[in-house]
Amino acid sequence: MNEFVVDNQILDREETLPRTEMEALQLVRLRETVARAMNVPFYRAIFKREGITPDSITSLDDLKRLPFTTKADMRDNYPLGLCAVQRGDLARIHGSSGTTGKPTFVGYTREDLRMWARMCARFLYAGGLRACHTVQVSFGYGLFTGGFGLHYGIEEIGASIIPASSGNTTRQIHIIRDLQPDALISTPSYALNIAEVARSMDVDPRALSLRFAHFGGEMWTEDMRHKIEAEMDLFAFNNYGLSEIIGPGISGECAARTGMHIQEDHFLVECINPDTLEPVQDFEYGELVITALTRQAMPMIRYRTRDIASLDAGPCVCGRTTRRMSRVIGRSDDMLIIRGVNVFPSQIEEALFQVEGTSPHYLIEVSRPGSLDQVTVKVEVRPEFFSDKMSEMQNLRERIDRKIQAAANIHTQVELVAPQTLERSMGKAVRVVDLRGRQG
Amino acid sequence: MSEFWHDAGCAFHPVSGPDYLPVTQLRQLQLHRFQAVVKRSYDNVPLFRQRMEERGITPADFRTLEDTRLLPFTVKIDLRDTYPFGLFASPMSEIVRLHASSGTTGKPIVVAYTQEDLRVWASVMVRCFAACGLDRGDIIQNAYGYGLFTGGLGAHYGAEALGATVIPISGGNTDRQIMLMKDFGATAICCTPSYFLRIVERAPELGVDLRKLPLKAGVFGAEPWTEEMRKRIEPEANIKAYDIYGLSEIIGPGVANECCEQHGLHIFEDHFYPEIIDPKTLEPVPDGTEGELVLTTLSKQAMPMIRYRTRDITALFTEACPCGRTVRRMRRISRRSDDMFIIRGVNVYPSQIEEALLAVEGTAPHYQIVLTNDGTMDDVEVHVEVTPEVFGDTISVMENLQKKLSASIERIINIRVKLRLVEPNSIQRSEGKAKRVLDMRKK
Amino acid sequence: MKIHQLSMFLENKPGRLSEPCRVLAEAGINILTLSVADTQQFGILRLIVRDWEKAKEVLEASGCVVNVTEVVATEVEDRPGGLTAILDIIESAGLNIEYMYAFTFRSEDKAVIVFRFDNPDLAIAALQAKSINIIGGVELYERVKQ
Repeated sequence: MNEFVVDNQILDREETLPRTEMEALQLVRLRETVARAMNVPFYRAIFKREGITPDSITSLDDLKRLPFTTKADMRDNYPLGLCAVQRGDLARIHGSSGTTGKPTFVGYTREDLRMWARMCARFLYAGGLRACHTVQVSFGYGLFTGGFGLHYGIEEIGASIIPASSGNTTRQIHIIRDLQPDALISTPSYALNIAEVARSMDVDPRALSLRFAHFGGEMWTEDMRHKIEAEMDLFAFNNYGLSEIIGPGISGECAARTGMHIQEDHFLVECINPDTLEPVQDFEYGELVITALTRQAMPMIRYRTRDIASLDAGPCVCGRTTRRMSRVIGRSDDMLIIRGVNVFPSQIEEALFQVEGTSPHYLIEVSRPGSLDQVTVKVEVRPEFFSDKMSEMQNLRERIDRKIQAAANIHTQVELVAPQTLERSMGKAVRVVDLRGRQG
Repeated sequence: MSEFWHDAGCAFHPVSGPDYLPVTQLRQLQLHRFQAVVKRSYDNVPLFRQRMEERGITPADFRTLEDTRLLPFTVKIDLRDTYPFGLFASPMSEIVRLHASSGTTGKPIVVAYTQEDLRVWASVMVRCFAACGLDRGDIIQNAYGYGLFTGGLGAHYGAEALGATVIPISGGNTDRQIMLMKDFGATAICCTPSYFLRIVERAPELGVDLRKLPLKAGVFGAEPWTEEMRKRIEPEANIKAYDIYGLSEIIGPGVANECCEQHGLHIFEDHFYPEIIDPKTLEPVPDGTEGELVLTTLSKQAMPMIRYRTRDITALFTEACPCGRTVRRMRRISRRSDDMFIIRGVNVYPSQIEEALLAVEGTAPHYQIVLTNDGTMDDVEVHVEVTPEVFGDTISVMENLQKKLSASIERIINIRVKLRLVEPNSIQRSEGKAKRVLDMRKK
Repeated sequence: MKIHQLSMFLENKPGRLSEPCRVLAEAGINILTLSVADTQQFGILRLIVRDWEKAKEVLEASGCVVNVTEVVATEVEDRPGGLTAILDIIESAGLNIEYMYAFTFRSEDKAVIVFRFDNPDLAIAALQAKSINIIGGVELYERVKQ
């Protein structure tokens, strides 16, 4: 049995600052950020037009006066037009894994890299990582920020790193078996892939040495957490970040695992209604807007993440005073509008997990054969639930459809497919295919 | 700035100081470190202690650098036999990184690093970059693969320690490599020479003229390459192409690197002690004579290597380098001592065949490679002894095994071979080891 | 019920078969029956002996690769169609025969067929259900003695 225990220690004083002190620190840093942003032509022009200067920021409420920054702004200033420092002061360049259009790149100074490592160390530490552990990093290294962010965070703590990178799952399993890492860093879907491949190799994923894991890099659900924990006998922690801001390290779970603590000394996080752009209440879902308070190379002001989550300013049992954010439940731009109903793929995923017999591999296809939107959900059926009786399979389909209807309020066509037929993810899983545009 | 003191055209980085140590001082430092590493290994690595004891020696017997010949050799198979942690000289709590050999499949080789090892590794990589004329103002595109392979992270930490801007692009996606090289104005690239040739070939197809980009240096390694290749690459990309040498068992990239003279690779002798031996007699040969390179890590903590037989054939230069570095140079690696053979124009190492065989059943069988020629074409036959682990009592099982083995070999060396299963102990042994290659081709 | 059969890997070269036979003879081990399956390159020698453990030991000591497999021996009448009856049972039970070979005893009108099934226990059950006589190791050795 997994005897993993997290002692409730906290790495940095900033994580437990009294609220007033934290806000005072944020205000000072917000002014510094505005000052640094003056070196970026894009922001300088806006500030000039709006009459914004560092001195004009007198309270955190003034944040509302600052402009939003969007992905399109980054593309317009490709490749590094939003940098506030000289090219020579950049120590590293990373890129977004942007699936569509021009890629976006972010620059880091040496100081940025130092702080980034510390941010990642904080949440890893909160999630139990100590110097005595060995960690397998199965995130891709390279331009993608995930691998390096966690890598340097682990190094900051002093634990041993196995930089396995992503891909070649069979080899990953051999390495886990031989080198006995305590923890795994990957995307949650890749962890499921590891479990599945392990079983096909007659290796029991529960018997592996892994005791805990820090997952990020893609959206996942609470049910998926239970599934991974049951299949691999480990504790799964969630963390959040995005490369446009810095990469992983914006927030992460503590041992209580009731939301991810935001590193508020480095980031000001707002939660807004994506339509009205007005702030939403605590616990209410909205789009996260992030201002980086300490980034040197690339100060980012009110970046619209498109990630849908909620905030919680209440106290946490762990003793950290920083606000927490919920897991991301969808993206304001991947939100599917099906016959006028807002649907997040995560809602469908959640529903699938509640039906016994389905595997966590699924694909949502949205099409418009005539004038009406149609959603087809392809779900792999677990081998032991395959039945030669048509009626039983019919039954399973109906149960899935009912669950989806209850969760997302839409009617879908459920297609059961054989195990191992949907494409497996090596990194971020493709869960939605929207064919509506393509069908003209 | 004093930091950019120029020496015969090479940028000087303060960390490069040891490259220029007076020779007597360098030898003293080597002796001192050699004694320490022998003691460390003797105290912490059972295999090494056992071998010392078999020879009736203790670390105290090691008094001068000439005494290196008293010490046992370490070979690659020792790493496999003690896999995964058998050669570690530090407790896991002090180990902060593990890497594994780039072996495609089968049992890998694991190497470990302490924090201090990583620092040393980064410092030797800085010295490599400095020898290539790079400094903190450069933008280094690192196209070595990141991950368990030491090339990617080794070059990455070095470039970072140099203070340059790193583009950690990793390997693959040639079009993207070219796009970034152009968009960011990369001034240097790290990758294998053959991969850079692909970039050189692809760029014109994308309408990019490499000669017009800011790219000025290439740090090429991880595979042997030739002067001819350099003559081809340099004018086509308008860069200086430098050879870098290293191997995971020792530290990764950063064991030796060319300087601006591009004539021989300077070995960072304060950390890696080189010897050249006759691979048959195993006796050291004088500087200037060709033989197999044997390296001892002088400062490695987590996994010291004593007299590691690299299998690489080279010679140490006898004359001083005009660049002023006092650390010795070795000739570029031209071939290996482990019976490499050339078949239909392709270099094949027995170790590749071994790797392919290991990939199938995970055991190390005895095998022999038999080369024949029917008058027109070379043929390779691989004889593999059947072991109890792989023996099944039906024909189909055995034929399947044959097929799997030959497919695995073909995957790795890209040549179809005939695979023949033979009885145990039927392959001729010499000193307990099977002779790996039997060349029956008419010369 | 099952019988231990030894199998050996042999290269397909002249004289290869005599080596294991010589080794067994020197150890005083009598071969009850044997069969050879071969390809162009190699062969597999399968044999049944009484003291298979000792035989395995001496063969391995002489450098052979030896496998032990469990096979099923049945009795069949030494007449046309004798085998068909058994094969029908096996076929209708959906069992797979990996290989088989037969031998006869002196002065008996019955032959013995040795089968290698992927699932010998199922096979035994199916054959016994149809009253086919399965010959155990001891019985087999006793008969040879006669």
